[in-house]
Amino acid sequence: MQAKIPNERKPMNETDLTQLQNRTKALVSRILGGYGLQKKLETLGIRVGCEVEKLSAQALRGPIILKIGNAQVAIGFGMAKRIIVKYTDMGQKDANHNTKNDN
Amino acid sequence: MRKILLIGNPNVGKSVIFSRLTGVHVIASNYPGTTVEYTRGYMRLGDEKVEIIDVPGTYALEPTSKAEKVAIEMLKEGDIVVNVIDATNLERNLNLTLQLIKKKVRLIICLNFWDETKHTGINIDKDKLEKILGVPVVPTCGITGEGIKRLVSQLIKPKISKYEYETENKWSEIGEIINEVQKLTHRHHTIWERLGDASVHPLTGIPIAIIILYLAFKIVRFVGESIIGYVFEPLFENLWAPLMLKLSSLLGGSGFIHNVLIGRLIEGKIEFVESLGLLTTGLFVPIAMVLPYIFAFYLVLGFMEDSGYLPRLGVLLDNLMHKLGIHGLAIIPMLLGFGCNVPGALATRVLDTRRERFIAATLMAIAVPCMAQIAMIFGLVGKYGSGALALVFGTLFIVWIILGLLLNLTLKGESPEIFVEIPPYRFPYLLALLKKLWMRVLWFLKEAVPYVLLGVLVVNILYSLHIIEFVGRIASPVVKGILGLPREAVGALVIGFLRKDVAVGMLVPLGLTLKQMVIASVVLTMYFPCIATFAVLVKELGITDMLKSASIMIISTLIVGGLLNLILR
Repeated sequence: MQAKIPNERKPMNETDLTQLQNRTKALVSRILGGYGLQKKLETLGIRVGCEVEKLSAQALRGPIILKIGNAQVAIGFGMAKRIIVKYTDMGQKDANHNTKNDN
Repeated sequence: MRKILLIGNPNVGKSVIFSRLTGVHVIASNYPGTTVEYTRGYMRLGDEKVEIIDVPGTYALEPTSKAEKVAIEMLKEGDIVVNVIDATNLERNLNLTLQLIKKKVRLIICLNFWDETKHTGINIDKDKLEKILGVPVVPTCGITGEGIKRLVSQLIKPKISKYEYETENKWSEIGEIINEVQKLTHRHHTIWERLGDASVHPLTGIPIAIIILYLAFKIVRFVGESIIGYVFEPLFENLWAPLMLKLSSLLGGSGFIHNVLIGRLIEGKIEFVESLGLLTTGLFVPIAMVLPYIFAFYLVLGFMEDSGYLPRLGVLLDNLMHKLGIHGLAIIPMLLGFGCNVPGALATRVLDTRRERFIAATLMAIAVPCMAQIAMIFGLVGKYGSGALALVFGTLFIVWIILGLLLNLTLKGESPEIFVEIPPYRFPYLLALLKKLWMRVLWFLKEAVPYVLLGVLVVNILYSLHIIEFVGRIASPVVKGILGLPREAVGALVIGFLRKDVAVGMLVPLGLTLKQMVIASVVLTMYFPCIATFAVLVKELGITDMLKSASIMIISTLIVGGLLNLILR
């Protein structure tokens, strides 16, 4: 599952979850993966169009902690790389406030 | 008898509702043909006695794991379905609800954690939800018991929902329902949430984990030692020993029957660890030496499970565990293995692929001693101080890491990534916690005591037929030459296949040096699983993989034991 992480160009306002700043909200815009991955992510409420907030990330390509609705979810780095998000206006503002957060 | 199913996502407090509905009499059993465990109990519904089943947690009705497959199978047998929902996560939980509605089951919805919605700024209009879905909706709070009576009164009037939707529009339908029934207001973070964030944050999480695990270890040892010192040892020494001495003189002080029941008297007295009789060692070891630690361990583990800490520990350890070819959640079978390797082996199911399950099961069986064995090692090696204990457990930890690295390098395939919900911290509901503890302790007594007795009986038979002596002579080059243990230690290795605690006890009369004691403890942990674990592993891994795993165990035991024999003095 980790093998090929697509490295395509993304528009300016898009990024993947590993690149998103901590404590930032964003909308899921695409999921780079097949039916299996989409179904798996859906069980914990991650699907195109939903809002997620990245809370923290473990060091050295470790898991990433997300907040979806009221629930927190930990997902592996490779999986997070496949989730492309779009900054929401609010999220962009938050991101500017939090530039000191490392990623 | 009619069956009521409790079904819902993991971490929605289903088990607490289950505890509230059922009485004390609760049974854990495996679903036929699988190793998936579920619990059932009974309650009165008017004049009728009904069965209540706590279905394994599932996020969807499309099976992605064994547990979910079982959940779907069970759905067919249920007469009434109670869908337990986490009210603070309505949107995601409704996914399962809509799938249940499609199955046309007789449904009741239970909105659990209702109290938490108030201080999390969530406002749910439950009457509106009831109207939209056309089934009874009951808000509950499992911990305080609020709403349980209403839930019971609604159990007699479940409804088949008339709600219709197209599967592809499921999420937009859910969105519409949410818009109709739920309103969010702003609110502040609670202290639990801050603590929750701190315990997965990389900087603060690891120190917190070390403190928690250290405390857990200390509490287990303190509780275990206290129960032994204040309850069981006095009981056995002051009450049971005189009784056994009387029986001994009644039986004439020697002979086969005497040896089987009482064992050998040492300087005219009964030594409960060494005598090796069914009524002396056979009862003392499981009840007075092991049971207190089993109780203490499952008490602490229950707190860690029910408070929501384990997934966080999994996240913190994910990086390390990936190097061993398994992901962070594999910490759950490892921790359970410290209680007993059997549930540890069963818990490897939290892992997705065969490769991961193989690695996790092998590492657990080889390097994780069960509480029965740990208790005996504490009792026997602990006398020489914590340094000796550190040597035993340190060696096993290093074996765990190195073997994991090697397995990850040599086995084909990759390890999938962690993907898990992190539930909010909640203070465990004590009644449910105690019920689980009681079930586990009872399970230990039922599973372990017969095997200990069998082990003691077999020892006696093997000794009186001189079989252990014979095997000892054959195995001498390995046991003496490589491991540096006396020939008589073979007896312990033979019995270790039945029960490892009895095996450790058998080392006592051999008069081992500290070095030999350390080597024997490590070897007894590693060389082979006990018969109960072996049987479960064959079922879980299949016979070929189990043979592979067993050869890894034997080879690494010889290498590690041999190295210890060379290095230690």
